Amino acid sequence: MHLTLHVWRQASPDQPGRLVEYAAPDISPDMSFLEMLDVVNERLIQRGEEPVAFDHDCREGICGSCGLMINGSAHGPMKLTTACQLHMRSFKDGDAIWIEPWRAKAFPVVKDLVVDRSAFDRIIQAGGYISAATGTPQDANALPIPKPDADWAMDNAACIGCGACVAACPNASASLFTAAKVTHLGALPQGQPERERRALAMVAQMDEEGFGGCTLHGECQEACPKGISIDAIMQLNRDYIRASATKVEVAEWTGAA
Amino acid sequence: MALTLDAKIPAGPLAEKWDRHRFEMKLVNPANKRKHSVIVVGSGLAGASAAASLSELGYRVSCFCFQDSPRRAHSIAAQGGINAAKNYRNDGDSVQRLFYDTIKGGDFRAREANVYRLAQVSVDIIDQCVAQGVPFAREYGGLLANRSFGGAQVSRTFYARGQTGQQLLLGAYQALEKEIARGGVAMFERHEMLDVVLVDGKARGIIVRDLRTGEIESHAADAVILATGGYGNVFYLSTNAKGCNVTATYRAYKKGAAFANPCFTQIHPTCIPVSGDHQSKLTLMSESLRNDGRVWVPKRREDCDKDPSSIPEADRDYYLERKYPSFGNLSPRDIASRAAKEACDDGRGVGPGGRGVYLDFGDAIKRLGRQAIEERYGNLFEMYQRITDEDPYTRPMRIYPAVHYTMGGLWVDYNLMSSIPGLHVLGEANFSDHGANRLGASALMQGLADGYFVIPYTIGDYIARTPLPAVSTDHPAFAAAKADVEARTRALLAINGTRTVDSFHRELGKIMWDKCGMARDAAGLRQALEEIPRLREAFWRDVKVLGAAEGLNQSLEKAGRVADFLEFAELMCRDALHREESCGGHFRTEYQTEDGEAKRNDEAFAYVAAWEYAGDGVDPILNKEPLAFENVHLSTRSYK
Ligand SMILES: Cc1cc2nc3c(=O)[nH]c(=O)nc-3n(C[C@H](O)[C@H](O)[C@H](O)COP(=O)(O)OP(=O)(O)OC[C@H]3O[C@@H](n4cnc5c(N)ncnc54)[C@H](O)[C@@H]3O)c2cc1C
Ligand code: FES
Repeated sequence: MHLTLHVWRQASPDQPGRLVEYAAPDISPDMSFLEMLDVVNERLIQRGEEPVAFDHDCREGICGSCGLMINGSAHGPMKLTTACQLHMRSFKDGDAIWIEPWRAKAFPVVKDLVVDRSAFDRIIQAGGYISAATGTPQDANALPIPKPDADWAMDNAACIGCGACVAACPNASASLFTAAKVTHLGALPQGQPERERRALAMVAQMDEEGFGGCTLHGECQEACPKGISIDAIMQLNRDYIRASATKVEVAEWTGAA
Repeated sequence: MALTLDAKIPAGPLAEKWDRHRFEMKLVNPANKRKHSVIVVGSGLAGASAAASLSELGYRVSCFCFQDSPRRAHSIAAQGGINAAKNYRNDGDSVQRLFYDTIKGGDFRAREANVYRLAQVSVDIIDQCVAQGVPFAREYGGLLANRSFGGAQVSRTFYARGQTGQQLLLGAYQALEKEIARGGVAMFERHEMLDVVLVDGKARGIIVRDLRTGEIESHAADAVILATGGYGNVFYLSTNAKGCNVTATYRAYKKGAAFANPCFTQIHPTCIPVSGDHQSKLTLMSESLRNDGRVWVPKRREDCDKDPSSIPEADRDYYLERKYPSFGNLSPRDIASRAAKEACDDGRGVGPGGRGVYLDFGDAIKRLGRQAIEERYGNLFEMYQRITDEDPYTRPMRIYPAVHYTMGGLWVDYNLMSSIPGLHVLGEANFSDHGANRLGASALMQGLADGYFVIPYTIGDYIARTPLPAVSTDHPAFAAAKADVEARTRALLAINGTRTVDSFHRELGKIMWDKCGMARDAAGLRQALEEIPRLREAFWRDVKVLGAAEGLNQSLEKAGRVADFLEFAELMCRDALHREESCGGHFRTEYQTEDGEAKRNDEAFAYVAAWEYAGDGVDPILNKEPLAFENVHLSTRSYK
């Protein structure tokens, strides 16, 4: 296949970026999208031009490193598929493809297609865990958990933290990411003691990072490569309202875990 | 100067060693822990669990990873499960049996005492993970579910769909983030360790490159832990994530840490075959698939290009079931991989280039229904379909072995300390528990055992017993190490040759796969030992690394890693050449039984080969740690 790429190039966080056109001839439909970029980069290096920087690691759709806006969609045209698992057979010979980084105030560009997603880690720091210090807790089977609860926890725990939900959202909200963690932990008996504080603290951190609010557009759910549903956001809202009503003081808790 | 390798195995009966050792350890009193600092390099299962646990105890911890978040460490990709001797199935499991299976699975090349401890703490791991909220698969009654993995006849593998590694890592990562928030851990993402710093013969710090700014930084501490994963990417194509490297452990080797059994590599039998020259990595299809999938090739060569559904039962060779009736499709990895290679070498492979065998779910779907299979393996089937464009529900998968895991690693004693005092090594980066072949679902177990339950004790003992005068990064040893790292970076950028880093990496990978892969022989290894230095010389003359030392420069990162692989590969081949026997994943074609099985030589090779760096261009020194088997009988491994 012969393709034309329009790739966002930006040398550093404080320099302006722009779209640059590259011809990409002789691309095999069996290549993954990132393998196609590898080929383009090899050719750029041969010509003495700096290769395009992009984040990637596992190339199996699980580490959440890769994240590209491909023709305006987060991770490209195929549903439930990360950019690294997208194959070129999803495109046609002669196609033009626009490749850009995630765009969100809370995800500043580092270089080319690489953005800074550390805001996600800070949301987890605010309360996305169960405080169970290493030791010898009770036997794992002492606490039976109904299968549907465990399955629902797992559905939400499947989040890979890639940021597609933020990139797809017109408000650049991190609600689906935050909600997935709140819902995963809240579905389990172990997660109950910290449930209300968790919801309040994680939402507060999300706001502080500069993510937008959720107006239930549902674009996040469409873009999520792991199929996480906006039902999680409903759950987050319920937990948040209940916690606000019981007036748990976030400040008295965060940092004291 | 030969090292004295003291494994420091505690005295007493096997089952009591760990308890007794814990009792005899010196403790650091809680108020003093705050005064001690520990560097943890790596945030995978081993690193994240260690960093979080040490911080909970009160140590001041700094943790480093090269990804943009600790949650992205390669452990995230593990699919199938984690072993533990819970015996929840009442099917005859026990600590003793997990111990025995692991020693036997490793073809009697692991240390008994370490393996026994691993089996003992395995049960605590599951409890710990459940307490953190890891959503393991459950039965309808609400209790934990299990599946079987290769090399075992009991069902002891716990799992979270096909994403066990992800869920275990997120549990450890969340514990780590909790400690970061509390101020116990300082996290350094996008930082790559490029050297370890020794002061008065002890590991007291590291040199890292901040991958965003390019700045070379020094960090000092009382002790250093490496949990930097495996080096399978020396083969270029492997199931490892692209960033997996040998740099951290190899640089430690060059500073005096012995490297043990570098040639022990695991080739995983079930990966998606290569599709073309553009291939950048290989994708694993979890071993758990062998619970329900049946492996076969056509009996006749002329059937290989036919549609598999048109080949009648009678014309199929279910070779694992035929050769190993008692373990069948669940034979250990090394054995299943070699059997696949044999079938393909015999001209009966399927798919492009004849490098593939079928993994067929037809029978299982008939027996259990499509929905049951979908529930067990749905995400793996989807992944397969996305990559190959074929539907595994209606057409058997095509699979082929690929490099997956490295049993070799830095030598450590029972306390997980390397031959450099103060330098501890955890997880896949050490050599300790899997001998010459690792059983499925045992790497996750080992990483978490090391991080949650072993190092928090043993590092305390080291700190309590060792005089550790204050050291700051102003010490000349830091300046010297930093200057070396900077000089090397400048050198890579100055070459400005004609070939890309990847082209060298691919070429190295091909040499290693052909000559130090699934089957090895002396002639091929000798050839590799001539080719690798030539390739390394070409690299340092002709590689083209663009961009600057400042700022994000992914080509420069890759170049540094490949430069280390180009040295390390030679050590692997040297180790493979010296070990004149076949054992586990190390198959020397000269040493096999009449029916093609690995032939060990216990008289001559029942030892750990721990290589010691002796200078560039000088042959490394071979140190031997003899393996004593006091509790298991050294037998020929049989899965028939
Ligand atoms: C596809 C796949 C599936 C698997 N499935 C299973 C399974 O089902 N069950 C099982 O038991 N095992 C499985 N394994 C093996 C298992 O996942 C690994 O052996 C294990 O996760 C390794 O954990 P670790 O903590 O030692 O290292 P890793 O998880 O590899 O972590 C290494 C860490 O070190 C950091 N690092 C590395 N080098 C540097 C450096 N130079 N500077 C700074 N930081 C550095 C990285 O950033 C990372 O944080 C699988 C492996 C693969 C490839
Ligand atoms: S590279 Fe890991 S999810 Fe794409």
